[in-house]
Amino acid sequence: MDAIVFLIFAGVAVVCAINVVVRVHPISSALSLIGVMGSLAVIYLLLGAQFIAAAQVFVYAGAIMVLFIFVIMLLNTGAEERSRGAWMARLAGTPLLMALLGILSFVIFWAFPRRIGVHFGAFTGGTVENIGRAIFTTYLLPFEITSILVLIAIVGAVTLGYKELD
Amino acid sequence: MNFYLLSVIKAAVVSGVLMLTLLYLQWVERKLLAHIQVRLGPYRVGPHGLLQPIADTIKLLTKEDLMPPGVNKFFFLLAPFLAISLSLISISVVPFGPEVQAGGVRTWMQLTDLNIGVIFILAISSLTVYGVVLAGWASNSKYPLLGALRSSAQMISYELPLGLAVAAPLLMSNTLSLRELVQTQEHFYWGFFPAWNLLRGPWPQVIGFIVFMIAVFAETNRVPFDLPEAESELVAGFHTEYSSMKFAGFFMAEYANMITVCSMGTILFLGGWLPPFPAGYGSKFIPAAAFAAGGLVSLYHGLYTRHLRDRWSLTAFAGIFFAIAVVFSVPLLQPYLLPLFWFCAKTGLLLFVFIWVRGTQPRFRYDQLMRFAWSFLFPVAMVNLLATGLLVALFG
Repeated sequence: MDAIVFLIFAGVAVVCAINVVVRVHPISSALSLIGVMGSLAVIYLLLGAQFIAAAQVFVYAGAIMVLFIFVIMLLNTGAEERSRGAWMARLAGTPLLMALLGILSFVIFWAFPRRIGVHFGAFTGGTVENIGRAIFTTYLLPFEITSILVLIAIVGAVTLGYKELD
Repeated sequence: MNFYLLSVIKAAVVSGVLMLTLLYLQWVERKLLAHIQVRLGPYRVGPHGLLQPIADTIKLLTKEDLMPPGVNKFFFLLAPFLAISLSLISISVVPFGPEVQAGGVRTWMQLTDLNIGVIFILAISSLTVYGVVLAGWASNSKYPLLGALRSSAQMISYELPLGLAVAAPLLMSNTLSLRELVQTQEHFYWGFFPAWNLLRGPWPQVIGFIVFMIAVFAETNRVPFDLPEAESELVAGFHTEYSSMKFAGFFMAEYANMITVCSMGTILFLGGWLPPFPAGYGSKFIPAAAFAAGGLVSLYHGLYTRHLRDRWSLTAFAGIFFAIAVVFSVPLLQPYLLPLFWFCAKTGLLLFVFIWVRGTQPRFRYDQLMRFAWSFLFPVAMVNLLATGLLVALFG
């Protein structure tokens, strides 16, 4: 059952990810990206990380992508034109991609031997309680540093915005 | 009983009742608005217009389905589908009552309980903006686009105070499961005062509740925050180009969202299915008494009316009310019906507020709406959350 659900949503994620690149219209690409995020959320859920799954939908699909689409709509960008591509990309693109995939799969098989497989339902530490405890005890310093980083980014965005207005 | 069979039966019951509520909520709204404006409202189709929703449904189903030229077909069709399916999903985690036993089967009056129930509903409701945005963009027309832009800005802005307002009662109840949220509000102070999050120490969530209600008005695009479909400026906003069942999809989604947020408010702040005072003080007789009183009022108006039609229909309504009152006073059925009554009564009260506000309040201007969200509602919700956190840490 878990394996079937995983295969379905992994497939959806891959198809959507390819769609993000293939589509010529920005809105279609953005919506495909939402499809990727939704499928990833389901896979997180299968792995027992409930909070990460919900946060994935809440933050990425529900907030960040809405902002993306908002900007795309505000700028009213049309469909992009397909360029014919550089001759090198056409010549060497497919073999290089194959080589990259080959190297990646080799490294994964080499680094993680067969016997360490993923078991659905084996991990139970993904609850909100566990994550909250980890964030506010073990990983308190990284968490606080990240929050300061975000604050700096907000202040920077506001400053840049004001500069535009003057 | 088999888990799957039980789930299917529960899902069928919940979705059936939800659809019926969606259908008749619209009738209730039209009637209430009419009476606020000293009109009669729907009156012709069936007694007191009771068959009007069915007539409207048939009308919408058989209407010509227009597809304007120049629309992006796929997204144009996807938008109402997204809107309606996302707005119906959330009801699956809402608990309507406690665990009950019927014919050897113990089950909760809830489809499923997630330990991240609140976040699940927030996540789904954060996605509902896509229905509106896609509809506005795919219509390839100026009014829908403007409506969609307003809607996305508005929904992103009001999600912040909404999230902060929801977080405060979560701090007090110390759980994210909607079922456990209600269970933590189950006791009574001094034996009679309900410990709902709205009224509970150390920091009664009155401010949180008000912020929550204002934010959900904006999230569901209702008056006074119905800027995305402001008919005096934008024709009909994001669904201008939609007709027939696709339009009905948006319509149903709005009402389904209203029901979801009202049940959320009931569970988070008003103690879900719990009665307002203990059964020992007679709260189990309230439903029967309320229905009997309704029946008496209906009977009085039926007997002393000038209209022949009303004489029959109101007397018949009185009979139905008395029958319901009798059902509610059967002790055998009370464990099932009383929680449902209190849940529906509280949710219905909040829905009534929605309609009441629509009948009495004018619409905000767009800049007022944004300024209100960012420079008033957000800080208030933040201060409320900080106060809750501090007091829970000190006295909780």
